[in-house]
Amino acid sequence: MTAQIALQPAPTTRRMPRLLFGDNQFFGVNHMSEEKARQQAMRFQDVQSIVDVLDGAYSEGISTFMCTTHDRIGEICTHVRAHPERYQDFAFYPCMPYAHKYADAVTEEGMLGAIRRFLPEEGVFNAAFRGGRALATKDVEGIITLLVDAEMAAFRGVSTPVIWLQNVIVDLLLGLDFKDAFLIFDEHVRTRYGAEPGYITMNLPRALDVFEDIGLVNPIVCSNINKIGFRMSGGIEKYQAALRDRQFRAVAMSVFASGAIPPREALEWVCAQPQIESIVFGASSRANIAHTARLVAQFS
Amino acid sequence: MKIGVVGLGKMGLSHLSMINSHPDVEVAGIVDSAGYLLDVLGKYTGLHKFSDYETMLNSVELDAVMIATPSRMHEPMVRAALERDLHVFCEKPLCLTSAESVALGELAEERNLVTQVGYHNKFVGAFQEVRNLLDAGAIGQVTHVLAEAYGPVVLRSKGSTWRSRKSEGGGCLYDYAAHPIDLLTWYLGAPTGVGGSQLRRVFSDHTEDEVVSTMYFDEGVSGQISVNWSDESCRKMTTKVTIWGTDGRIQADRQECQAYLRDTVEPPPGYRHGWNTKYTTELTEPTWFYLRGEEYSAQLDYFVQRARAGKVDGVNTFQSAAVTDRALELISQDAARGPSSSMLRSAPQAQVTTTGRGKRHIFRKQS
Repeated sequence: MTAQIALQPAPTTRRMPRLLFGDNQFFGVNHMSEEKARQQAMRFQDVQSIVDVLDGAYSEGISTFMCTTHDRIGEICTHVRAHPERYQDFAFYPCMPYAHKYADAVTEEGMLGAIRRFLPEEGVFNAAFRGGRALATKDVEGIITLLVDAEMAAFRGVSTPVIWLQNVIVDLLLGLDFKDAFLIFDEHVRTRYGAEPGYITMNLPRALDVFEDIGLVNPIVCSNINKIGFRMSGGIEKYQAALRDRQFRAVAMSVFASGAIPPREALEWVCAQPQIESIVFGASSRANIAHTARLVAQFS
Repeated sequence: MKIGVVGLGKMGLSHLSMINSHPDVEVAGIVDSAGYLLDVLGKYTGLHKFSDYETMLNSVELDAVMIATPSRMHEPMVRAALERDLHVFCEKPLCLTSAESVALGELAEERNLVTQVGYHNKFVGAFQEVRNLLDAGAIGQVTHVLAEAYGPVVLRSKGSTWRSRKSEGGGCLYDYAAHPIDLLTWYLGAPTGVGGSQLRRVFSDHTEDEVVSTMYFDEGVSGQISVNWSDESCRKMTTKVTIWGTDGRIQADRQECQAYLRDTVEPPPGYRHGWNTKYTTELTEPTWFYLRGEEYSAQLDYFVQRARAGKVDGVNTFQSAAVTDRALELISQDAARGPSSSMLRSAPQAQVTTTGRGKRHIFRKQS
């Protein structure tokens, strides 16, 4: 299956859009309330209800969907593939992996069993062979690239200009000091998918140190950036210093701190920070999307 | 501070990542019996690896160990560390019998060593706030507590790790229910007894997937446990407590703490009569490193700071974990006795499905 993925043109360092649309609201992720998360999960059970909101965002000029590699994302990709004219400018920024499916598989089958379960196996001799060989020889590069390919399978035929490594993996690797993994991911995303690699982290200052150390130039890094310093490990001052002094392409997430900061105040503060290329946000209604877009335009 | 990390499974690996980034800690050795991950980490991170625990203890200088091996192995490993005067952080549950946990607590106390068990919920802001409210008497005399945990761990009859084997300390009781039960004992103290316990298999061949039990505490307070790790409707583990008191009610999960306070008592500072909600954003202290929730980082930092200061007392000591282990043991014993006899009709009366495959009916005589 992975062998069928067409190589795309060499990577370009195009600027990312100012607003990226996130997916937490669609999959029952809410950092404020489990009850609200459940209500959202119910509301977005059907793909059509997700597509309706994405269409709303698209109509407001927000055409980039930054989404986890959740099983249900495949259905969205299918929809977009089926309507090429309608979604001509629509892009996905996949964030991989969706960690819970791995964590639960580890509980059930152990670390190796879990990796085996998620390696591509759809009858492609090459991938299966590469997988078995990579596991046997502890070929970390082989395992990482195969897992990336498995996660990317759902995105065949849609545009994926930026491919993200999720924070739980980035931060696990940062803590372990497992630096080579970043280089492997970086190289694979650029060469196989013609995309820009991005890194999500809850530890921005530390991540930038490591990326500089291993020679990643001007990396795309997404982290919580909000006025109250919520989940900004290392402290808000260090984050602000990084935005001022370090060279990287910053994407701000959790700008409303899970709803703890009113939208106007939150966006005014974020837009005043230097060097933020994009802001990722989630919303469930066209009105809220339009409101956010208006405020960002006003403050940018 | 020099720490050895033992066991590189799901918990061990994430503990290693967090503790390795702690500014006051040097990871002096990592141990795992399965060579695979150990070899990979040794090769790519430069950490000093050992395939044998004793070898690490004998060959590197340590101040403390962090143990995250299958639960059955905790007792001998913790004992070996304490006998070498090392402080110990051990994953939960501490031991599979409370007698062992008590003995380890005594040994640590004799040697003035710092101990801690990984009941991370006590470092979740919302659950800490519940404790603060109870200490302040905000809902008066507590009458009843409901402690729940649900999650999508075992959704089919398959499973090949130690977590699916009872003898290794696997199963929903020790792996999952231990968390809400530990919260109950934190809030209410040691139970005086348990009843109505059922450990039910849903998909697993060798362990329970569902735990229900009633726990009794001093002054007629009761607590009910409802835990199911075969619940696909939850995206991840969801732990929840609800507490009723004479002057109000509290409910909390990882994200928020809600309290209804009657006007019969003066509310604590920052609270009012009626409903109050405190969110994780205001209840959570920032940490030096975030991997999977502030509570995981916070508990490790707490251990490091206690060990450095030689502060033996604290939250989640072996002594407190022994209380939880005792409660787990009582639930196992109570469940093994089967349904209680207070039935309206005479035998045959109770039908309990114990496996997902053939149904087995247990007929008990009224005693």
